[in-house]
Amino acid sequence: MTLEPTGPDAATAPGEVIARREGMFGVHGTGDTSGYGGLSTHVELPGASTPPYGGWMDEVATALQAAAAAAGVESAVEKVVVYRGEITFFIRREDIAAVAKLLRDDVLLRFELCSGVSGVHYPDDAGRELHAVYHLLSMTHNRRIRLEVTIPDADPHVDSVCATYPTADWHERETFDFFGIIFDGHPALTRIQMPDDWPGHPQRKDYPLGGIPVEYKGATVPPPDERRSYN
Amino acid sequence: MTADPYAATESATTEGKVYTVTGQDWDSIVAGIAEDHDDKVVVNMGPQHPSTHGVLRLILELEGETVTEARCGIGYLHTGIEKNMEFRTWVQGVTFCTRMDYLSPFFNEMTYSLGVEGLLDISTDIPEKAQVMRVLLMELNRISSHLVCIATGGMEIGALTVMTIGFRERELVLDLFELITGLRMNHAFIRPGGVAQDMPAGALDEIRDFVALMKKRLPEYADLCNANPIFKARLVDVGHLDLAGCLALGLTGPPLRATGYGWDLRKMQPYSGYEDYDFEVCTWDTADSYGRFRIRLNEMWESLKIVEQCVERLAGLEGAPVMVADKKIAWPSQLAIGSDGMGNSLDHIKHIMGESMEGLIHHFKLVTEGFRVPAGQAYVPIESPRGELGAHVVSDGGTRPYRVHFRDPSFTNLQATSVMSEGGMVADVIVAIASIDPVMGGVDR
Amino acid sequence: MGLEEKLPSGVLLTTVEGVAGYMRKASFWPATFGLACCAIEMMTTGGPKYDLARFGMEVFRASPRQADLMIVAGRVSQKMAPVLRQIYDQMPEPKWVLAMGVCASSGGMFNNYAVVQGVDHIVPVDMYLPGCPPRPEMLIDAILKLHDQVQHTKLGVNRLDEIEADEATALAAVPTSQMKGLLR
Repeated sequence: MTLEPTGPDAATAPGEVIARREGMFGVHGTGDTSGYGGLSTHVELPGASTPPYGGWMDEVATALQAAAAAAGVESAVEKVVVYRGEITFFIRREDIAAVAKLLRDDVLLRFELCSGVSGVHYPDDAGRELHAVYHLLSMTHNRRIRLEVTIPDADPHVDSVCATYPTADWHERETFDFFGIIFDGHPALTRIQMPDDWPGHPQRKDYPLGGIPVEYKGATVPPPDERRSYN
Repeated sequence: MTADPYAATESATTEGKVYTVTGQDWDSIVAGIAEDHDDKVVVNMGPQHPSTHGVLRLILELEGETVTEARCGIGYLHTGIEKNMEFRTWVQGVTFCTRMDYLSPFFNEMTYSLGVEGLLDISTDIPEKAQVMRVLLMELNRISSHLVCIATGGMEIGALTVMTIGFRERELVLDLFELITGLRMNHAFIRPGGVAQDMPAGALDEIRDFVALMKKRLPEYADLCNANPIFKARLVDVGHLDLAGCLALGLTGPPLRATGYGWDLRKMQPYSGYEDYDFEVCTWDTADSYGRFRIRLNEMWESLKIVEQCVERLAGLEGAPVMVADKKIAWPSQLAIGSDGMGNSLDHIKHIMGESMEGLIHHFKLVTEGFRVPAGQAYVPIESPRGELGAHVVSDGGTRPYRVHFRDPSFTNLQATSVMSEGGMVADVIVAIASIDPVMGGVDR
Repeated sequence: MGLEEKLPSGVLLTTVEGVAGYMRKASFWPATFGLACCAIEMMTTGGPKYDLARFGMEVFRASPRQADLMIVAGRVSQKMAPVLRQIYDQMPEPKWVLAMGVCASSGGMFNNYAVVQGVDHIVPVDMYLPGCPPRPEMLIDAILKLHDQVQHTKLGVNRLDEIEADEATALAAVPTSQMKGLLR
């Protein structure tokens, strides 16, 4: 048994611009003598796809839509992105717990295993700074999907999926620890990796790497996040 | 007098009193618990304890010898590797992630590389020899990892002979790694686009000798353990977790297969050409620590089978490329051993320094700046010795990862500690944890 | 001339310091302080191939109260640091610390928020061992060098003077960033 093949990436809408990058070497102001300081590029994530998505993805999307409608959360799926053979469902923030339950229990979906929850921080994407990303696996149908929830930094709350997937317990604690996303309904949302009294959420983009300069004979090398860089 | 900001805090909830443990506050917790239940003992085990499989902290509530509650404290080895990777190029990321789960470095590199290759859309361009070498290294790694699991697991229940022979055999695998990659551990050998180097001369013969030797040595483990009454008394029916429990808690790998369900990503969602190899998925139907041990033992035999097939294939791939042909992605030079250790080969240095200005510019750009990866995200999990290991790789189109998150099986599987050990004896906690085989480097990253 | 000439055969003279140093180095008991990758190499060193038992050191003590050498094998996180210090404080004097691997020595490649940039921020280190991870042979070499150091450790008031002198030297030393020339 292998993963069923999917078609080529489905037709996609123009990408979604989430940030702008300026300059080239991470140098700003008068320190820039390279002449590249005026460069400006967009950071563009893959845009929403339109059906058909190809292969089994259509079955999952249709079944999810039907199940969501039956459960009264028909507008739960904000958009669907198919990129490089992987499908991502963007789920409305308030519906994630309900959708997770549908995905696990619906006979056409049967995503029994939650591989984990992780966070991504896009500081420049106003109102959608924090993303919680869930990877689900259906062992019955041998399919993988990804759920993504966008959360505003000003109100970093999202419902926990622990009731459906107990395995998300530590994953959500870790995401809280690193990104400050508060999972409502989690049995004990405390820090897991960092000490309990640690200030801040270290894997957010606005949290510095926290390295110290390294001293050599006659030279000091700054930590990696303060060095010149190429992006 | 100012309040101590680090003092233990407690708050009453509907579930009872909740204590926030911050260290240096053991007395207040013990005193608080003693007030409520005077017949219970709370034992703090670790994070520095020889039987907890690394820097794992266990908080056990005991009634006599019986564990009524078991909780894990982790994070004592949190290294911030995921954050560090965001400040390095895509290729350098391999050097970091190889140090996460230090007993299965090739698997970390592999899942990360597969994710990056997916985003670059070059998954189908990876040369055959690179694929075979990856499989070879991963299967050798599976053997060495299972050996350490069996060895340390044996040591923790007092079977020191199992530990010494486990490390003896592991050395043989490490010698092969050193021959092929130049390093015993933390190889950074599997890179996006292929592998770092070709097979050295004579390596295939060494591997053949190793396989022949292992076929003599592996039965020793079976003789020592399989029917050993003490070993069985310690392992049978300990750390029981059935299929429903495994799925709910996200357990994969040997604990899942010990329930009789043959879920193995190498068969179910093959990567790197696993569909072309002949091997069996090992299962057991007791769902206990003994079953997990037997699965590991059997998997080493299956890995040997795959290694043999890899050697045969590699024998026919002499001189084939091991890196993707796209010069915008492939590392520009081959490595060679010089008088001062390993470095860029002299031929390459001669080429870029003496013959080709473009070559020099190209080398400089690719090595210092790195290649760009199209924006998007990928998650390509693989079957590591401990279960489903996957890297969620996010790119913003730059030369460095925007975010990499590793779904490490040790982390997820360790959640089952309380389910596996509550209601059992204190001594069985150790066995249950050893049967999960968590590697704290992978748990805490 | 002197006492030596009047001794009967079979009697050897040495200093109390020499005997104490010999005893200490010949019965060195390391505490298990495995943290990460280096811990595996440390266990390998105690295993059959490299056989640390040749130097009387194969017994890794589980209790710090029975140990006089702490091999810090791996990266020390901020969360682990207080635990490490506590273990160190529990070890009886005299005690030695070996920082195994670059992470324990200087933080190594993990120059970030989570890792203590060298275990010498928390405990005094007697021997630094580079490598990521160091090979078992390198660990044995470091241990033998430490043996040498232990052998020549002074006792009593001489030890206090030695500590005083060492500290004065360290205070007068030029910081690395102000040194000139090649790094060696």
